Amino acid sequence: MIKHEHLSLKYMRREVLPTAFCPGCYNGIVMNALFQAFEELGIYDLRKYVFVSGIGCSSWIPSPYIKADSLHTLHGRAIPVATGVKLANPELEVIVIGGDGDLASIGGNHLLHAARRNMDLVVIMINNLVYGMTRGQAAPTTPKGMVTPTTPYGNPEEPMDVARLIANTNANYVARWCVSQYLFLKNSFKKVLGEIKRGFRFIEVYAPCTTFVIRRENKTPGQKLKELMNTCIGYEKWEKLPAEERTKHIPTGVFREEDKPGFLDNYKQLIARLKR
Amino acid sequence: MKRMFLSGNEAVAYGAIDAGCRFYAGYPITPSSEIMHMMAKLLPEAGGVFIQAEDELAAINMIIGASWAGLKSMAATSGPGFSLMQEGIGYAVMTETPLVIVDVMRAGPATGQATKAAQGDLMQTRWGRHGDQYLVVLAPESPQEAYDLIIEAFNISESLRTPVVFLMDEFIGHGREVVFRKEPGEIKLVERRRSSDHEPLFGSDDPRIPPPMPRLGEGYYVLVTGSTHNEYGYRDVHSFETHYKLVRRLKEKIWGNIDKVFKYEVIGDPGRAEKAIVCFGSTCRSAKEAVMGLDNVLLIRLITLWPLNYDLLRELLSNVRLVVVPELSLGQLIYDVQQVIDSGIKVVGVNKVGGGVPIYPSEIKKALEV
Repeated sequence: MIKHEHLSLKYMRREVLPTAFCPGCYNGIVMNALFQAFEELGIYDLRKYVFVSGIGCSSWIPSPYIKADSLHTLHGRAIPVATGVKLANPELEVIVIGGDGDLASIGGNHLLHAARRNMDLVVIMINNLVYGMTRGQAAPTTPKGMVTPTTPYGNPEEPMDVARLIANTNANYVARWCVSQYLFLKNSFKKVLGEIKRGFRFIEVYAPCTTFVIRRENKTPGQKLKELMNTCIGYEKWEKLPAEERTKHIPTGVFREEDKPGFLDNYKQLIARLKR
Repeated sequence: MKRMFLSGNEAVAYGAIDAGCRFYAGYPITPSSEIMHMMAKLLPEAGGVFIQAEDELAAINMIIGASWAGLKSMAATSGPGFSLMQEGIGYAVMTETPLVIVDVMRAGPATGQATKAAQGDLMQTRWGRHGDQYLVVLAPESPQEAYDLIIEAFNISESLRTPVVFLMDEFIGHGREVVFRKEPGEIKLVERRRSSDHEPLFGSDDPRIPPPMPRLGEGYYVLVTGSTHNEYGYRDVHSFETHYKLVRRLKEKIWGNIDKVFKYEVIGDPGRAEKAIVCFGSTCRSAKEAVMGLDNVLLIRLITLWPLNYDLLRELLSNVRLVVVPELSLGQLIYDVQQVIDSGIKVVGVNKVGGGVPIYPSEIKKALEV
């Protein structure tokens, strides 16, 4: 009998499996897309990759599940730690994986400034719409009107469109995909890992929390995934929709794509000027 | 040896460069900014990296990342920024990350008086963070000592794999004196112990010996986490044994090495003295002038403020009947003195803070006359 192994396993620490994620959690889809991107690029060993994460469910993806160096940092501080690692050793490829609460709320300032600097990092933000690890409280990405433990009468606030916000900075690459758009997501990962290898590269993954969003809607993760296939549309199409229709859809796509010098290139130039 | 005329802040920057510091992240704040200005100039020349962070939260976390990637790293700040850095310093304690954090104290609380000296952050350097955590705190009294001691601060942080807080105040930071800068060959430098195979990175049989620390990217698949972890770095947020073992070891790593890190200066004869002064930092300069010509007064200047050798302090103060504790705050070091003396002995604080007014030698002299 031929023993067939799942491709993800060679990138994971087997001794800590199974994962702590809820059944049906979309984190698995994101991990799979990332690992498939690595495999298709012919990268089988992650020893020159450093994963940095903060606090939250998605921050547990690298720590401890990915077999690579990983720093599981304070809530919101993954990007500054990653910045320190990258600047101290530019040979390392540094990838931040975090949630919307971690990266856009408590760590929002760092996200903006790393993007402004075009810091040489890959940042993957898994947007599950709530604080999933602490029982689904409202996050800055929670849709208006949604009921959560901290918004028992409906969320009075407008949500933040993180990908389109970062697209207005100096970042080299900004994209957003839903978990239902697996191939696009995987190709975006391939793009930022294999092609555009410098500057700030930001990928938002729209992946509602299985337990605290989808179950509250009385749906299964599978049903929700089918629904997302209609909810998530290309942003060119979304922009042509009437205002009331726009709120019902998620604009996805690549919002920004460039290969201009990142922070490190500019810093190296400064050093070269100094030596002259 | 090179003779220079430097402020304490500038001396810290030169000392850090000479100690091998090659990464600096910071956010401008009075009265520490000159350290940042100097590092911005010196680090690119020395082949290091300087970055101006968006805030102190970023600064402390950037130096944590840089330290794990293998560079000796530093950040400098003052009270408000030091408050913002506390969570990160706690993370550095938990993950055993070598760092040096300079706090040039100004009058607080809150924004207080940004340009005026104070010593009110002493307790915060020790207890500013949540949970059971210990680190090393050093305090110089002059620009020359700031230069020499910052090198020592890096050596301690490397040898014990711990953050070290370097506590100065505005008087020392902005005071300008002659400083002798050493040549590279004249400086003894300590480097962190690198990894050998199969040795756990977060545990050791003897808690006084810190575990080795690899650089990221060397193939150790390092797991660094601020959550409770076992000796291999795996998170364990449920068991009593793992947590208790970890925090006990981290405590013992600092207190068990007290003989190596505890530094102090004594002027006078502990056997003959009837009175004593206990002080740290810039106030010791007034105290030294106050005791000139007095042979019955013992002056104890604490250079290491944490861990504090209470036994030694008790022994030194065993014969006196009066202790004066001058502080540019409403009184924090005085609690340490009260802890080690018998109830019959009088402890008097000389406390002044704000307006950039120093404690004058005459005021200390007057307190000694009680």
